[in-house]
Amino acid sequence: MTQIENIRQEFPELGEQVYGKALVYLDNAATSQRPLSVIRKWTEMSEKYNANLHRAVHRIADLATSAYESTRDAVQKYLNAEFREEIIFTSGATASLNLVAFSFGEAFVREGDEIIVGEAEHHSNIVPWQLLCERKKAILKVLPIDDSGHLRVDLLPGLLTPKTKLVCVAHISNVLGLLNPVKEIVNICHSNNCAVLVDGAQGIVHERVDVRDLGCDFYAFSGHKVYAAPGTGVLYGRRALLEQMPPYMGGGEMIGTVRWSGSTWAPLPQKFEAGTQNIAGTPTLRPALEMAEALRNEAVEAETNAIKELILNKLQSDPRIRLYGVPDAPEEKIPLFAFSVEHVHHEDLALILDKMGIAVRSGQMCAEPLMDRYGVTGMLRVSFAPYNTVQEAEYFIASLDRAIKMLEG
Amino acid sequence: MYDEWLDKYEYLIDLGRNLDAFPEELKTEDRLIKGCQSRVWLDATVEGDRLYFRADSDAIITKGIISLLIGVYSGRTAREIAEDDFSFVDKLGLRENLSPTRANGLASMIETLRRTAQNQL
Ligand SMILES: Cc1ncc(COP(=O)(O)O)c(C=O)c1O
Repeated sequence: MTQIENIRQEFPELGEQVYGKALVYLDNAATSQRPLSVIRKWTEMSEKYNANLHRAVHRIADLATSAYESTRDAVQKYLNAEFREEIIFTSGATASLNLVAFSFGEAFVREGDEIIVGEAEHHSNIVPWQLLCERKKAILKVLPIDDSGHLRVDLLPGLLTPKTKLVCVAHISNVLGLLNPVKEIVNICHSNNCAVLVDGAQGIVHERVDVRDLGCDFYAFSGHKVYAAPGTGVLYGRRALLEQMPPYMGGGEMIGTVRWSGSTWAPLPQKFEAGTQNIAGTPTLRPALEMAEALRNEAVEAETNAIKELILNKLQSDPRIRLYGVPDAPEEKIPLFAFSVEHVHHEDLALILDKMGIAVRSGQMCAEPLMDRYGVTGMLRVSFAPYNTVQEAEYFIASLDRAIKMLEG
Repeated sequence: MYDEWLDKYEYLIDLGRNLDAFPEELKTEDRLIKGCQSRVWLDATVEGDRLYFRADSDAIITKGIISLLIGVYSGRTAREIAEDDFSFVDKLGLRENLSPTRANGLASMIETLRRTAQNQL
């Protein structure tokens, strides 16, 4: 067995069939499949360690709490964060982003201040900032991309003013699949006294993230896209900022004392973890990130590069196809490809590919402003994970041609 | 098994291609059916107590489904349509043939037909 075949054995869903065909799962950017190690941890937490966290002195509560808190240590280590209290557990990237939008906004954003977001952002990294700007009468500005999908970082210095408090960009766009130059953005922003938030929902899967190396102030991601249980997520935040930010939600273990005259807050990280946490899910982040680490090896890299070459060749050489997110060099593109086919609707293609056993995404992909920019109502997207094979990529290409033929008539 | 599916789609695509042309000026916001992933426009005209439908979509398989719907309901009375249980959809194996997001689109189309008919009563 090749190494990839061995890896695939670890992900039960990959062995499933749809319509009597082997499932070819190419919707990994929406959610990844889960390995046995994660499923086992998840079950184990429910079977053996089910108690509420931080609250009781009994044995099971103690075990559940240590599983949860040791996960924080593991995530801190994985991200190379300086302090463990810089790791806040949330229910996902969207929750992490909303937390920052509220709490950073309360602490630092005043009327007339500015927030900048990238043009290719996911709705989860747009709408919270719109809400914040509405609440604070602040101004939302957009950092554009060029036609190939590259962020116009050259325009950033011109957009920044002394009133710009935060710049929010994806590490990697879920539509364009291009790696944004986060370090360069951080350098520009920090020399203007402006903080940087990185939406790492896709970045955490495809890059070896080191928050101190990136230098960003916030890094947000979801567990479910990086092999962990759904309803889990992380917000990394620089301690000095988190300490100045008020809580996002109130209740549970986030308090210091509660009096009718007013309450005080627990120290970090509990200040931002109100209510009962995802007791069974959050500990799966540890085996999930271990899997992410294990999948960073030469065999996987070779397979991924071959897939990228195959798909890029196909999508860029076929005159009927328009690829969004055209890389200057293959290294800046993850194996995620959004495209459209002339005179063929993305939804028709997705329906037919589905019947051929291939799961793809069609539609706006939670990025309507980006759809508008390219003048389309939607796109088709295939997104590969390290467990996908070159054979699957070849089968996709053949199936795409067959589907286009059916639809073109 | 899957060729059977593809045959069904071939058929729907064919129906979609042969659907009567829909005037561009009728593609207005109020004729747009919400709840479909593709854009679907539906226009109803009343002649006497009968309703006549025209429709279009930018997706061809959806157009095929519309063609089936219109084939069944265009030219019938408002009362017939309003009281219909739309079970022909299941008889044709359409509902299962569609993904949930798709089924939603179909549900929205049926809902629009039903509402249009009810408004005439
Ligand atoms: C780039 C990006 N940001 C944010 C999100 C939101 O993630 P979630 O829905 O898991 O909160 C996604 C996932 O759809 C994404 O791809």
